[in-house]
Amino acid sequence: MTERTLLIRKIENGTVIDHITAGYALDVLRILGIRGREGNVISIAMNVPSRKLGRKDIVKIEDRELRPEEVDRIALIAPQATINIIRDFAVAEKKRVTLPEVIVGIVKCANPTCISNSNEPVTPQLNVVQRSPLLLRCHYCGTIMEKEDVLKQF
Amino acid sequence: MLKANDFEGRDVISIKDFTREEIDFILKTASRMAPLVEKGSDLLRGKILATLFFEPSTRTRLSFEASMHRLGGSVIGFSQPGVSSVAKGESLADTVRVVENYADVIVIRHPLEGAARLAAEFAQVPVINAGSGSEEHPTQALLDLHTILEAKGRIDGLKIALLGDLRYGRTVHSLAYALSNYDVELFLVSPPQLRMKREVLKDIKGKIQVVEMDDLTPLLQDLDVLYVTRIQKERFPDPLEYEKVKGSYRIDKKLLESGREDLIVMHPLPRITEIAPDVDETPQAWYFKEVRHGLYVRMALLALILGAIK
Repeated sequence: MTERTLLIRKIENGTVIDHITAGYALDVLRILGIRGREGNVISIAMNVPSRKLGRKDIVKIEDRELRPEEVDRIALIAPQATINIIRDFAVAEKKRVTLPEVIVGIVKCANPTCISNSNEPVTPQLNVVQRSPLLLRCHYCGTIMEKEDVLKQF
Repeated sequence: MLKANDFEGRDVISIKDFTREEIDFILKTASRMAPLVEKGSDLLRGKILATLFFEPSTRTRLSFEASMHRLGGSVIGFSQPGVSSVAKGESLADTVRVVENYADVIVIRHPLEGAARLAAEFAQVPVINAGSGSEEHPTQALLDLHTILEAKGRIDGLKIALLGDLRYGRTVHSLAYALSNYDVELFLVSPPQLRMKREVLKDIKGKIQVVEMDDLTPLLQDLDVLYVTRIQKERFPDPLEYEKVKGSYRIDKKLLESGREDLIVMHPLPRITEIAPDVDETPQAWYFKEVRHGLYVRMALLALILGAIK
């Protein structure tokens, strides 16, 4: 029997984001607005073999618990991700990211001449046309957006 | 079975919001409006239409105004946002919430995409989209269909080419959506830079046969309808890009000799150089006849939306 060592160590308190689409760990940090200058210990493992996904990325953020709206944001780029909130080395909460049918207020329409990008009293609304690969459509002007268009905004 | 009062109070924002059955119903009602253009009518007496034109327009605004007058209604509105409260920085949402108190229906043209949908969300009265940026122009699509019906007696089974600026031209977006409800073969002819918007392609591919191409010539002899558009100079972010593609296509009498005798040439107008004046005298020229169909269709829409036809 071969001894398997953990690629990244267990954390005492914080959040583990597992089953991130391989290659998107850095984008997950970006979409959460985590730049690395916040002081938290952050561990990233990329392209790790996974029984479920073939390959996956993992992000561990110490001493920070993700809020529900942050979890929803992850769903935009890593729809299969799982979120574990860790307290005292144990999993205190398990969350699955869920992409709602309509994304309200998180992402703007990518079309600069869309009315929702002008000074009107409305919140951007994007309808989810397809989850994977991601395809969004602006409720107002109908512009189609993909994962890359979303990432450009973070 | 669809009834006239199913349309009462409805917005006309995108042609996609209408089924084929609904489109056919509007077209039939439009045909009933034709005699009223001469005779006049009291169908909309006491009703007020507000026209909010945030972007220059001649024919669409006049067409809506004439339609309202022909049906006995009246019209208020502006066509120069520079002299209205808009110039003071008022939002569209505020403008429509004020105007809805004065009018029974609002017609809006705006340079931004999605503007008509936003206006409809804020207004309590029905809103008709008369052109929203490079997005859509649904009433133009309806009048295009009505024109084709008159010329050909049917829409199903036709070979139709849309030519020119398919990227920024809102009329071709709405027309492509509208045609995708029918059994047509659609040819999209444009310079590579001005291909049909991917949003439109995504929606219509799979519903009808669509072919994209650069050159009209090999197609011309089989076509039933040639729909020509102007290159939309005002919507190019880069004027140099416009210079590269302007004058890409020019339809003249000589070129049309290789087309069928019963080919019809359409254009939403205004035209610049894409159709030579010598085409005007040919039987294929249908672009000025279209204007009349605009009246029929807009009269029908106003009468239906305002519940004047039961």
